[in-house]
Amino acid sequence: MGEQSSSHSSAQSRRRFLGNIARAAGGAGALALVVGLFARQAQTLPAQALRPPGAGPEADFLAACIRCGLCVRDCPYPTLSLADMSSDVPVGTPFFVARKVPCEMCDDIPCVKACPTAALDPNLTNIDDADMGLAVLVDEETCLNFQGLRCDVCYRVCPVIDIAITLEISHNTRTKKHAVFIPTVHSDKCTGCGKCERACVLETAAIRVFPRHLAKGRIGEHYRLGWEEKAKHGGESLAPGLVDLPDRLPDQLPDALKGWKP
Amino acid sequence: MSAKSYPGSDAVKANGWFTAHKWLIARRVSQFTILGLFLTGPLFGLWIVKGNLTSSLTLDILPLSDPFVLLQSLLAGHIAADTALIGAAIVLAFYALVGGRVYCSFVCPMNFVTDAARWLSKRLGLSKGWQPSRDTRLWILGAVMLSALGTGVLAWELLNPVTILHRALVYGAGYGATVALAIFLFDLVVSRRGWCGYLCPMGAFYGLLGRASVVRISAVRRDDCNDCMDCFAVCPEPHVITPALRGADTGTGPIVISGDCTNCGRCIDVCAKNVFQFDMRFHNDLPNASVSDESASASTNRHAAE
Repeated sequence: MGEQSSSHSSAQSRRRFLGNIARAAGGAGALALVVGLFARQAQTLPAQALRPPGAGPEADFLAACIRCGLCVRDCPYPTLSLADMSSDVPVGTPFFVARKVPCEMCDDIPCVKACPTAALDPNLTNIDDADMGLAVLVDEETCLNFQGLRCDVCYRVCPVIDIAITLEISHNTRTKKHAVFIPTVHSDKCTGCGKCERACVLETAAIRVFPRHLAKGRIGEHYRLGWEEKAKHGGESLAPGLVDLPDRLPDQLPDALKGWKP
Repeated sequence: MSAKSYPGSDAVKANGWFTAHKWLIARRVSQFTILGLFLTGPLFGLWIVKGNLTSSLTLDILPLSDPFVLLQSLLAGHIAADTALIGAAIVLAFYALVGGRVYCSFVCPMNFVTDAARWLSKRLGLSKGWQPSRDTRLWILGAVMLSALGTGVLAWELLNPVTILHRALVYGAGYGATVALAIFLFDLVVSRRGWCGYLCPMGAFYGLLGRASVVRISAVRRDDCNDCMDCFAVCPEPHVITPALRGADTGTGPIVISGDCTNCGRCIDVCAKNVFQFDMRFHNDLPNASVSDESASASTNRHAAE
């Protein structure tokens, strides 16, 4: 009798114990989900926020950066800052806004050296290889050079002048007798330092630096450019022989074309 | 019982004010010193410690990193560089020696906030409020690690009030400081000692380390205990005291063995009978069987006499 009741109560306490464990585990799972969902929401980086040199893709960076701010401390300029709760940048992570203070592209890259976790890639030793973003001339309608004026400021301030940004000359169709000098960014050379955006003389910059995934288009994986393939294969076309479709002419040719042969 | 107004007043009478507050003073000195070392750089340009509590560089040579944050980073899929790993190893070794939750009592900036809330709640005579299981924080620790694993980012660090507060203090307050206010109100109104006692996953993490750490509180002169209860009144984790202080009858050693103990030393301060002292976890044997029998019977007699 006594044994039975004690085994009964031990079964009861076991059931209570398992119930408590299940409840706690469920609660922990729910919390993990909520925190995870919040993280999903909070990890979208605003377009004007740029990461320090050496930062990988945003998802990798948010796994690697422990938000210590050592990069901010070793940045000799007021470029980098840590995101506060009030900004849209994930809290505690380092960023800069090119229009406010661009990256000065130090030769010794102190921010990368300061990073204890390699969230800023220590293999980046030449600052010209940095890829913080990509400058894009977003507004041709206000850019002074596009109007035929010789502003050239974005070109002049570029630390990789004549390589990352060049002035391409074309005909000025408005005056019909002058040239326009079009600032042209070369995406494989631009480091995204933001000096061009900072220096743009307009009220609101016509050239801006965006994270690369926002700045670049991407051609379809299957797409082949005939002339590139031809160059790669020693002058052989991808599709050998000219595919010549039959010419169609209207049944009734106008008088001017009488006697014309394709 | 003599006329006493507050926990520790007997100790003040018996040992003097300074002795009855020495560990509390040591703790405040430690907390302010550590915060000060981080602040001499930004405030006066004298760089002693750079960074913040998640990772720092002292005198340009000593790296220290928070293993709690680094573990999240590891689960999120990033293997940190050597600097951070060495820094975390140093921190782990240090707390494994001096007590895991020494972080909570001597270092953590949130302790100012929660101690202030406790002080005010005592002044106002507020009730305990919500008292969930002490294990809640362990489950939250599990949830934090799970969220890092699931999202591949440091999800908890978007919310962690402790790191947000310290960052706000070192890198300039702002909205970050409001988390301190939130924790203060929570501790004051919702749950007494609620944040550190039940919820904080960082404390839970260091508490796990404390289960094996060397330096521990010992109720070495527990036979002198006069049951004034002052140690229980000041202890942030009072459940850790009972086995050590009252264990003579059941053959439990005098060492406070629970990892929940923060080694704050306040029990040492407030004990008029000097029952407690810092000791090593290895000194947990009862002196010997006969002595322990004697002391057990002595304590029984004492209880009987009262």
